[in-house]
Amino acid sequence: MRRVLLFIIIITTGIIFLARLFYLQVIDESFVRLSEDNAIKVVYDYPQRGYIFDRNGELLVSNQPSYDVMAIPRNVKVFDTAEFCRILNITPEELASKLDKAKIYSPRLPSIIVPQLTKSEYAYLQEKMRNYEGFYIQKRSLRDYQTHNGSNVLGYIAEVNKKIIEENPYYISGDLIGKQGIEGYYEELLRGVKGVKYIQKDRFNRDIGAFKDGIYDTLPKKGKDVTVTIDGVLQAYGEKLMENKWGGIVALEPATGEILALVTAPSYDPALLVGRQRSRNFTELYYDTIARPLYDRGLQAEYPPGSPFKTINALIALQEGAVTTQDRFSCNMGYVFGRGRKMGCHAHASPLNMVPGIAQSCNAYFANVYRRIIEKFPTPQEGVDTWANHLKSFGLGNYLGSDLSTGRPGKIPTADYYNRIYDYPTYKWYSTATISNAIGQGEVLMTPIQLANMTAAISNKGWFYTPHILKEIDGNPIKDKEFTEKKHTTIDPKHFIPVVEGMHQVYQSGTASSLRIPGIEIAGKTGTAENFTKIGGKRIQLTDHSIFIAFAPVDNPKIAIAVFVENGYWGGRYAGRIAGLMIEKYLKGTISRTDMEDWILTHSLEEEYKKPYSGEPFSINK
Amino acid sequence: MSKSSVSFDWLTIFIYLLLVGFGWINIYSASLGDNPSSIFDFSQVYGKQAVWILLSFFMIVVLLSIEARFYMRFSSVIYIISLISILGLFAFGKTINGATSWYVFGGVSIQPAEFAKVATTLALAKYLGDIQTNIKVFSHQIIAFLIIILPALIILPQPDAGSALVYSAFLFPLYREGLSGVYLFLGFAAIAVFVFTLLFGPLYVAIAIGVIALISLLQKRRNRPSYLFLLGTLILAIGYSYSVDYIFENMFEQRHRDRFNIVLGQEVDAKGIGYNTNQSEIAIGSGGWLGKGWTEGTQTKGQFVPEQHTDYIFSTVGEEWGFLGTSLVTLLFVLFMLRLLFLSERQKSQFNRVYGYSLVGILFIHFLVNIAMVIGIFPTVGIPLPFFSYGGSGLWGFTILLFIFIKLDSERMSFS
Repeated sequence: MRRVLLFIIIITTGIIFLARLFYLQVIDESFVRLSEDNAIKVVYDYPQRGYIFDRNGELLVSNQPSYDVMAIPRNVKVFDTAEFCRILNITPEELASKLDKAKIYSPRLPSIIVPQLTKSEYAYLQEKMRNYEGFYIQKRSLRDYQTHNGSNVLGYIAEVNKKIIEENPYYISGDLIGKQGIEGYYEELLRGVKGVKYIQKDRFNRDIGAFKDGIYDTLPKKGKDVTVTIDGVLQAYGEKLMENKWGGIVALEPATGEILALVTAPSYDPALLVGRQRSRNFTELYYDTIARPLYDRGLQAEYPPGSPFKTINALIALQEGAVTTQDRFSCNMGYVFGRGRKMGCHAHASPLNMVPGIAQSCNAYFANVYRRIIEKFPTPQEGVDTWANHLKSFGLGNYLGSDLSTGRPGKIPTADYYNRIYDYPTYKWYSTATISNAIGQGEVLMTPIQLANMTAAISNKGWFYTPHILKEIDGNPIKDKEFTEKKHTTIDPKHFIPVVEGMHQVYQSGTASSLRIPGIEIAGKTGTAENFTKIGGKRIQLTDHSIFIAFAPVDNPKIAIAVFVENGYWGGRYAGRIAGLMIEKYLKGTISRTDMEDWILTHSLEEEYKKPYSGEPFSINK
Repeated sequence: MSKSSVSFDWLTIFIYLLLVGFGWINIYSASLGDNPSSIFDFSQVYGKQAVWILLSFFMIVVLLSIEARFYMRFSSVIYIISLISILGLFAFGKTINGATSWYVFGGVSIQPAEFAKVATTLALAKYLGDIQTNIKVFSHQIIAFLIIILPALIILPQPDAGSALVYSAFLFPLYREGLSGVYLFLGFAAIAVFVFTLLFGPLYVAIAIGVIALISLLQKRRNRPSYLFLLGTLILAIGYSYSVDYIFENMFEQRHRDRFNIVLGQEVDAKGIGYNTNQSEIAIGSGGWLGKGWTEGTQTKGQFVPEQHTDYIFSTVGEEWGFLGTSLVTLLFVLFMLRLLFLSERQKSQFNRVYGYSLVGILFIHFLVNIAMVIGIFPTVGIPLPFFSYGGSGLWGFTILLFIFIKLDSERMSFS
């Protein structure tokens, strides 16, 4: 048996194969007929892409029909190129190179020859189409923007490139795909599923019906309509305020983590990236490497947070029992921390305890608070790590995990980090080495959305929802646990009371007392962050960033906001005004501080941004 | 050459040359573009294959001039190097068509899994050929299985289910050397339960297994298995049937599921995955008795069959050479394998016999899976037809595998 088993199996297999082959090739005649008519044309039926609505049900993005001229190279027969080029307004050279490219992609699959015809081109060409064998017109739908704002949030649609086609078999050459923003992140939701029809052709290229009676054919599935958390009016207002400035605004609804507005400046009109001009406009935006309009400063820019960071240091100090709210620290125009090194401060009453410490943004007060936190532990390493872990519970130092396709982790330094840069244990380091952390300078970096989320967590007294942009799919609220489960910080709710009071006092008696909005109780915090650039390899200081965080109303927060204005100088100057205006716009719908609005709309920072590139010496903070 | 050496088996070599030559003729037709150029044009598929074939002739000369005992002595080293080379794919491998199975040097890609078969064959032959190894001993069975399954496990997640499947071929030499037939039976039963579960669902299969168990209870007392054994087998079989459902849904990729479903006549998928098999059947079926003639195949010309120069090369034979061609190729393969089987049986040393059986087993699994797939009676699994399909690594792998055996056979008198 052992000697013959394989013999038997091999012979049996051979006989079965021969029988099957005999049946396929000699007995069953149907294949001969099939092979004669076996040219199958694949026709795709593209579904409508889903609409995008804002949180109030305003339509932001819809569709418009568009027509592409496609060709299947191996079917192309000799035709009147001159006429063809005249109708489509292209040169014969362009046509030849397009056809060559199409042939390289695949002689058997359709490629786009001329994308997105105008209506009149389409009407004229439609009549003549039968003269051009191998060519046909493919209908698609293009985006039609009902808004001029929020291009960074919405994202855009582009033709798939070779890489995408290779990675994802759903797409074929000429298909459109969402990039960035909502269009990118929710591509599969919005695009639906294209339908496919296999049409049998005979030797003379005539349709002879569906392949196998259509069992492989599928119907297109329409894309889903989505509602985003953005308030279209607030978004537009934010973009208007940020004209001629660089920076970002992020506004959240603290109770839900919904993003009310996500402004980056400079920005562009989403309609620029639609239609045949898309590629030229995109190139222009892409190569603006100075202003970088495609760079979402609200999500991607990592700035030192400056003084708003003091609020969180106060919270950590209370949680760790390092200070009480009544502990007072004196300030003599700054804080001296040995060997004549001094962290400057401005003129205010002294000594201060916590609430006025926040209101006046006293650097000396927070230098003391920070040292108390770190020095409470046997080693500075333990101190810094405990401090960093509290910060991480606020969503800092890592990707926030929002449903927007871009983001940055920011940076929260840990003991490991300082050990590395100070070459521990060869050299030791102490709390004073990291003292800049007390006032949000130094190694800490945050993105505006992280800062806004921190503000929301403070306004909620200890918890937040991961910020997100999607509110409803086809009218049904989202169910993703990532966005519908509360995240708790490591700070006890009771410790938030004095900090919120301090932020309220910022508006009453502190650094933003001139920015009060009548009828709205706001809690906020100003920030001014030193920053540097490199010019020709030299580190050069630029005008400070203007930063502001705020939430309102204090007792029942409806909006939490973070504003960064690059090189806007001190916090109340640009960012504070913008934050107040945004809050009033959202809560009341009208603006009562028209003086602030006028100031913002008439002031431009363009001159400031040109300074480092002018090649001439310049002065800062003026 | 030593005195004890006998002549090479020229019949085997002759069939080898026939297969490789006829393979290239079909690759030429399947990959012929609109403007034919030199047959050694390296930018063309047929040109590359011609170069691979020429190089493999040089390789044969080298293989046949190495002394047979070299292969025996260095089998462990070769095996370990080969394991490292397929492990290295996880770090340095390049992904082509979704499988990370390739190293790329310059413009040449090499698929180490093709050579791992040779290494595993050598290692297994060495282990079983050892005078102290007794395949009836359980611990020795474990080691033998480890030798076989290690490369398969490394290859499987790359993912390359086809290449991993080939390792089942080693059951043949194991059985020949005395492994209990129960293993073969279990392997066959497992596949049957797998297929039937997918066809009819676990519930019906469980009922069927229960009925079979009951019938075996009705047998005469002497032949009846013990209750405990029956119960255990029953539970295992039903549990397996249910887990197949889970494994199928969770551990296979969608493309594999689709392919199984098509051959089993289950749901016809939307994306037209059945297209490959369908087009391949049309190509073969339209060939008739004598075919449409070389390079005259309309299906082949129209490039309707995907991957036609590699895994679906047999469909070109079917279309252009008709039943005459396909039956000739089938008979050639059967004759080839039977000849090798005969050679294996005449070996004096166990090492040589195990090697020969492994070689036949590997050729058989490729032949079985590939042709069954092309003629639509087996799911689409990416596995080439030996000596026929396009691909340098595959051709070289099989050539090395074969000519080591031809060398072993020629020196079969020198040691026993």
